[in-house]
Parts: sequence; C-alpha cells; structure tokens
Amino acid sequence: MEDTIVAISTNNIGIGAINIIRMSGNESLTILQKVFSNKKINQAKSHTIHYGFIMDNNEKIDEVLVSIMLAPKTYTKEDIVEINCHGGYAITNKILELLITKGARLAEPGEFTKRAYLNGRINLLEAESIEDLLESQTENQTILAMNHLTGKTTKLISNLREKIVKLLSNIEVNIDYPEYLDELQITKENIKPILTEVKEDLEKIIKEAKNGELIKNGIKVAIIGKPNVGKSSLLNAILEKDKAIVTNISGTTRDTVEASIIHQGILLNLIDTAGIRKTSNIVEKIGVEKSKQIIKEADITILVLNNNEELSTDEQKLLELIENQNNIIFINKNDLPTKLKPIETNMPIIYGSAPNKKGIEQLKNQIIKNFNLENLNKKDLTYLTNIRQIALAKEALNNINNVLKDNEKNIPIDILTIELRSAWENLGKIIGEYYEDELVDNIFKRFCLGK
Amino acid sequence: MNYEIIVVGGGHAGIEASHIAAFKGHKTLLITLNKKNIGDMPCNPSIGGTAKGIIVREIDALGGLMGKIADKSHFQIKMLNNSKGPAVRSLRAQADKITYPKNMLKVLEETKNLTIKEGKVEDLIIENNEVKGIILDDGTKITSKIVILTTGTYLKANILIGSENTEGGPHGEPRSNHLSDNLKKYGLEIQRLKTGTPQRIKASSIDFSQMQEEKGDEELWTFSFDEKATYDPNTQQKCYLLYTNPTTHKIILDNLDKSAMYGGYVTGIGPRYCPSIEDKLVRFKDKERHQLFLEPESLYYDEWYLQGFSTSMPKDIQEQMVHSLKGLENAIITKYAYAIEYDAINPLQISPSLESKIIKNLFTAGQINGTSGYEEAAGQGLIAGINASLKLENQDPLILKRNDAYIGVLIDDLVTKGTKEPYRMLTSRAEYRLLLRHDNADLRLREYAHKIGSITKKQYQNYLTKLKNIQECEKYFQQNKLKMTSKVKEKFQQANLPIPTTSLSFIDLLKRPEITIKFLSQFIDKTYPKEILEELEIMAKYEGYIKKAQKEVEKMIKLEEKQIPKDINYQKIKNLASEARQKLEQIRPLTIAQATRISGVNPSDISILTVYLKKEYGKNE
Repeated sequence: MEDTIVAISTNNIGIGAINIIRMSGNESLTILQKVFSNKKINQAKSHTIHYGFIMDNNEKIDEVLVSIMLAPKTYTKEDIVEINCHGGYAITNKILELLITKGARLAEPGEFTKRAYLNGRINLLEAESIEDLLESQTENQTILAMNHLTGKTTKLISNLREKIVKLLSNIEVNIDYPEYLDELQITKENIKPILTEVKEDLEKIIKEAKNGELIKNGIKVAIIGKPNVGKSSLLNAILEKDKAIVTNISGTTRDTVEASIIHQGILLNLIDTAGIRKTSNIVEKIGVEKSKQIIKEADITILVLNNNEELSTDEQKLLELIENQNNIIFINKNDLPTKLKPIETNMPIIYGSAPNKKGIEQLKNQIIKNFNLENLNKKDLTYLTNIRQIALAKEALNNINNVLKDNEKNIPIDILTIELRSAWENLGKIIGEYYEDELVDNIFKRFCLGK
Repeated sequence: MNYEIIVVGGGHAGIEASHIAAFKGHKTLLITLNKKNIGDMPCNPSIGGTAKGIIVREIDALGGLMGKIADKSHFQIKMLNNSKGPAVRSLRAQADKITYPKNMLKVLEETKNLTIKEGKVEDLIIENNEVKGIILDDGTKITSKIVILTTGTYLKANILIGSENTEGGPHGEPRSNHLSDNLKKYGLEIQRLKTGTPQRIKASSIDFSQMQEEKGDEELWTFSFDEKATYDPNTQQKCYLLYTNPTTHKIILDNLDKSAMYGGYVTGIGPRYCPSIEDKLVRFKDKERHQLFLEPESLYYDEWYLQGFSTSMPKDIQEQMVHSLKGLENAIITKYAYAIEYDAINPLQISPSLESKIIKNLFTAGQINGTSGYEEAAGQGLIAGINASLKLENQDPLILKRNDAYIGVLIDDLVTKGTKEPYRMLTSRAEYRLLLRHDNADLRLREYAHKIGSITKKQYQNYLTKLKNIQECEKYFQQNKLKMTSKVKEKFQQANLPIPTTSLSFIDLLKRPEITIKFLSQFIDKTYPKEILEELEIMAKYEGYIKKAQKEVEKMIKLEEKQIPKDINYQKIKNLASEARQKLEQIRPLTIAQATRISGVNPSDISILTVYLKKEYGKNE
C-alpha cells in the first residue's frame, strides 16, 4: 500500500485567513477520525463538507471545515481529506504535526501531482512538466536545503548523529563480535546518560526551530480584555501610524491580521480581535469562550486590565486561561487611581497608559523577550526553518524518547537499535547526510576485530 | 560425457550446489582439484557465529547440508548473544576439520544422480554467449546444460608470507591459471581480492594455564531443524582467550616494512572486518592489548588455530611475535600465517538468481562472487544449485527477499551494490533482522522449499508439526488465566516480580517484559517443546516491534512488485541524474525496490523512473 501523505497546500502560512491541509492515501479517513470531533467522519459520503473540531485528545485545537473526497474521483485518485483551518502558523502546524503523529507522512514536493499522474488522473503532457518539476528538485533540492540551514545547525545535527552512531556502532560490534569483551559493553546503564544528552540537545534545536519560524513569519499578537478596557487604544498606540504597515486584508473570519509592525527586527502581526477598531462604539461582547479561541490562534496574547477598576469575574477567568503560557498582562490607565488589587501571576506585567503612549515600548520589548528573540543580531541562534526539517527533528526526538522508555523497561538491546537507527536516519535526512552502508562503515572505522 | 549440471569446485558452495541439484533429480557432476579437500575448512575451525549461524539455519530450512553435517562434526557449540535480544541470537560450533569433510564426503557419495571427479578446469565451452560445458587442463571437454562455478580462492591464487610470494591455493594446492583470464575474455570483469589466515600452533607446546577458558553451552543445540542433539555437553572441548602485550606490539611496529601489506607486496583489497594484526596496531595505536583466541582444529591432530593474529609478516618475525604471547613462549608454529590473493568476478554482473548476466546458463557462488566465509558460500551455493535446477525445470528462480532470509540480504547486497572487499555477513546489514531470527528460519523458508521441491516430505512434515504446536500453545496461553492464589503470589515474590492485581491470561502475562515463559511454565499443566515456547515468547513479547517491521516490509514488497522491464533504455529517460543513469545502466535492477537500494540513485531519480515507466509501459499494467 502507498502510504498516506499530508501537506499544507496554501502558501504563506500565517498571513492568509484560512489554510488548507491536504491529505491523500487510503488511510486519510482513518487518520482524520483520530483527530476529529465527529467520530463517524470515516463513514462520510464522498464529496461532502463537515463542520467540527480538530482534537488533540480532549483539547480542541481548531474549529474547522473538512472536505471528504473519496477515491477514485479525486485529484490523486486516492481518498483525499482537506482540512480548512484558521490561518496562523501555530495552529496550522499543530494540526499538521498531529496528522503526522497519527500516521500520515509529510509529502515530498510535487508528490500529490506525481500520484495524480501515476494513478492516471492527469495526462502525458502534464506529466512532462512533472518530470521537469522533479528534475528541478534534483538540481535544487540539496542546495535549497543547505541554504535553509546555517552551517552551525548542520554541525549541531552532525554532532548529534555522531553521538548516536558512536553508540549504535558500539552496540552492533557487541552483537556481531560477542566474544570481544575488551570492547566497551553497552548496557542499560550507559545508554541512558548518552541518550538523555542527545534528547536535551534535540529539544533545544526544536525549540529554536520554532523561533526560526517566528523570525520568518512574524509573531501573531492578540489583545484581549473586557469591553472598554482600552484594547482599541492599545492597538493604535502599538501601531503608531508612521511605523505601521496597514495591510487591509479583509478576511472572512474573525482572525484577520489588522496590521503589522517591525520591532527589533521582528515582525509583529496584530490580530484584530473581533474588530476592536471598528466596534468601539458598540458594546462588545467577547465572551470567555471566544477569547479561548483567540488565545489558541495567537503566538502570544496580551490581556488588558484596567488599573482603575476591580477585577471582574470574567477577567478572573481570562487570567486563568492565559496563565502559565507565554503571555503578558498589560495594566492600562495607570495614570488613574489604583483600584485593581495586586495580581498573583508568573506572567510578566507591564504598567502603562495607552492613550498617553506610556508603557508601550516596554510592552513591545516584552513580547520579543518572551520569545527569547531580543538582541537577535548579537545572539548565535541556530534554527531549522522548514516544516519538513522540523518534522524530521521531532520524529528523531520521538525515536530517542521511545528508546529511553524501552530501556527503562529492560527491553533487550537489539530491539532498542531499531528506533535508535530511525533517529539517526531521520537526523541524516535533515542534513542530507545518509547512505545505506554508513553504519557498517562506521563499525569498521571505530572498531578493530576479527581473525 | 554429458551432464545436466556441472559444479566446479568442492568447497562449501560447490557441495550445496551439487547436492541440491542431484537431490532434485538432475544428473550432476562435481569436479574438484582434490577429493580429499571437499568440505575443507582452510581458515577458522568453526561453523556459524553471529548472522552466519542464522544462515546455516536457513540453509537447513531450504534442504542444504551444512547444518546437519556441522551437528555431527563439532566438539563445542554455543548460543551467542543470548542476553542481547531475540533477533541476534546465533549458534557457533567448533567443527572438527577432519570429521566435517569426512562426513560431508560420505553424504555426497551416497547422493543419487551425483558424480564426483577430480580435475582442473581451465576453460569453458561457450557458444553464442551461452555455456555448454567445461574444458580441463588436459584438454578434456565435458558438456552440460548448466555450469556452476564455485572456485573459491583458487583463481590465480597467490600465497604471501612477508616478501615471499608463491603461486597456489590453500594447502599448497595448485591454482587455476587460466580460468579467470578466459572469463575475462568472455566479458566478465575480474577483480583481485585478498584475505588471510593466522598461524597454527602445536598443542603440546602451549601453556594453557596462562589463558582463560572458553567453554561450550550446557544446553543442547542443533543447527538442523530435523535432528536431535546427540552429543554429551560435558565432553565439549575448550577454547582459550589470550592477549597481545607491549612486547608483541613493539616487535610488529619495528618490522612493519617487512610485512607484505605494508611493504607494498599486495595488490588485492583485504576485508576491513578481518584486519591483520599489523593493521590493528597501526589503525588503533591507543589500544594497549588485542584479544586473541586459541581454538582446536581437530580431535585427530594437535594443531590449534590462533584467531586474531592474522599477519603477512615474514616467518622469522612471526616466530618472535608468537613467542611474545603469554603461554606461547615455547610454542611451535606448525603453519605460518599467510595472506592469499585471488581473482573474483564483479557481482554486479550477476542477477539475483545467481546466473551471469553476460553468459547464459553460467551460475556462480561463493568467494568467486566476492564473499568471504563458509556460510556465505554455502548459502549462495544452495541458491545457485536450486536456481540451476529450476531453470532446467522451466520454473521461475527462487529469489529470497530481504525480509525472507539473510541469504536474501547477502545476494541482494552483492548484485545491487557490488563489493570491493570480501563480503562478510553482519546482523547490521539486515534492516529487518527482527524478522530474520535463528528460531524461525524454518517458518520463513520451508514453504518455499516445499514448493520448489528442495526438502523431503519428512522435513516438510516436521515444519507443519512445529507450526501446529505453536498454534496450539498460543491458544492455550490465550484461553487460560493464571489465578493469583497465595501460592502463585509467593512464586512471583520469590522471583522478585511485581504481582498482578487481577488474574490475567498467560499471553498477557507473557507480554510483560519482566516475565519469562520459563517462569510461567511452572503454572501450566501441559508441556511444550523448548523451541515452541521460545517461539511463542518472542511472538508475544515483541509483537509490537514485529508488526512495525512487517509494516515496513509491506511497503518494500509493494516496490518489489513494481518490475522494471528488462529492455528499458535508461538513455531515453531525460532528467535522470547522470550518476543514477550510469548505475542503473550497469546494475539493471529488476524491480523499483532494488533500484532504491543502489547507492547514487536518489529518491528523485526513483520518482522520475516511476513516472517514465508509467508513461512508457503504463498500458500493460
């Protein structure tokens, strides 16, 4: 069976209002069912659209529309599922990752079209152009991949692979030359520290990878708070007309990027949460439920509170919602008498006054700081940039975690090598540094045995 | 004289090839330089070892002889890697160098349809790129429909000891002078390979008290699925472990320029996995000592094999080296270590059936194909013999896939990647090694063997019985629960195992990593053979991993099913990377799966290839 492939099929993730994630293959519906709120979705009729939620266990990730198209009347002649989700890097990627963990494979460039041709969906003439498309990949793939990676990232991944292959070839030598007890014998005890180190390094790389995406696509900032707390004036204060790049994308959904500014070299995309600017005269009704949704879509949320009023029940709920995440509290109207009681939180709190443009710089700095992106040019950030690379790094991390887990359960060493090998291969694919006999070559490079 | 099949060479490959061909009813000639050397072990006195032991099991499952004869001819046997997991367990036997060939010759002489003859083959009868027979050094012609070459290291062999270079094969046997030149003339590419063997030491001159004993297992084992162990584990011979020391190292390093390898007297490429001792010292300067093993060669003469001390140093230096070892101060060297260079063909010119792509009806197996090791040779010999027979019977060849057998991995590696050094099997070469286990070789292969008629009815019956037993045992484990009585709880406690809170089925208990089938056996009112319990334990405990591996296999098989037409013209496929085009042209893979394994052929090339196939040949699908 061909495996089921998945990819984000809209360009410029994070800018448009809606993103489409497309999945093709005979497991498309089974995989969808695992993450969709409607558990009968796998019985859906062909060419139907369904409303529901993408779920990560019990957590709602996004409200989506799902199109079901069953083979053979589809682009690839395989079962196709298209998920229309809300724009935004964080959510789209989260859904993509979820589908990958449930068994889909990230598609190679052009793979949907390739399947369309192989399954007889498109004609010869079109196929010629696919050949050219594939060809251009042959030429550019490596170069492109390499351009995306800084020399330092390549080196970091290389080092991790080195650590893994050292362990792996040592295990292989213990297995293939069991009588050579002079060689280091790999046991449960010495696997643990080595792989824990690898795991930590990998986690760091993945975390920084996320920063890389933020640098590229910008940080999505949402402002929430109860009516009349000053969201609108805060938005205007942040945007300072002369610096603002007003995009005027009129979206069909509530989550439209109102405008963007560049601060410390980082693009801040401000979401117009329920049309703050346009609805200032009408009494807004942003319920807690809706705020939840906004928080999820944004990379960072600013909760605006009024210094001159006591905390309301709704505000208390909002506080709880954003607590422990990468968010900020802005206490507005600090020129008025303080009626707000001190807030117990681990989140950073900025005091200021939006109409008087007080505290705005601190707020912007805090956003950058929350992502550890301050003084970017002075920092030696290393990051992976494309989704494929990040997916591979995460897969490798997953492999390593499994080995560590199995190791604790006293699973024999030959079984551990299966995932250890996958981790090593996945990392190799990131930097295009894998060949079939690499392991055997390493064994003989590192060890000296035999008659 | 006229035969259906002629096998040239009586080594481990030739034995299996000629035996199975004759067993399948074909009039077969085995021609060898010296009948006494049939089944000879010119190097280490052992059969099996990691991965290799599994190959022996596979040979047995397919109807070959090696396992059966090794069972009758060893004086020590043990299971390797018992603690390292189910996938890598493997048997190794110390085989008697007198008994093994003797037992082997007896079986061959009793084999119907098989004639054994001494003679030196120097040429082939070739007509229109098709082999028609062989030509001996005295000009005698013997005709046949098929010829299988299993010439081992005898093609233009040279023995090297220091700067001494003598023409000839192992034991000073004459070499074949012209056969490889003639093969070259017919279009086969010839490469020069090198291997080596260490010293033999007179037993009475060894002080064993200085060394560490290495014993056989107390548990009884057999390679063969059809034989019961008959030996007494208490009478097994011991091997010994010893080490090199700083004096040894100084002698070697001081005389490096005198060795054939470092003195520049050798042109062949030696294998990385059997480096000479001088290689080990040069490459691993920091190692203070290297392990060596002393293994008896036979109960009928007193020579011991000094494993790990392979060298191409001159004799006088070898004397000094050996005498520097603890316990060998007064050792008498009965045979000096030597390197041997020989001609082999380029395995990229053979197809997965082991038939030559250049000359029709010519098969090759063993060291001539660039491998090393008795087991690797025997495995190929068996397949060559089977496929030669199947060809005569107008049947499709038996091509074992990488998930079927180590033999499949071996042949696929050879014909897909080629080799620049003698190829030795390692477990790490098998990506599905969890499926290619010692315990299940019969389950993997006996159906094939039955279908192609390479095993007896009884052998097939043995397999069916085992299969039935496993199913029964599994059913028992699924249907019966272990009641957690106070007595049972006590047993868990004694064994230091966590006590289950409810009564679980035996199969669920078995799935827990810490609970062994041996432990559970005490609560079962039925008895099952050891190998049945072992099989069930592996199947239950590693079910998740096995399933995962099988899923990978399914993907690969899907690609294996995508055949590439034999007449494909790679020049016509535009956009293939030039390296990929060149490799595909040379190797001409039979399937897309094989193409993916060729180094230098990238995923994007495979994409282009599949799109092209669809375009050109799609109508036939």
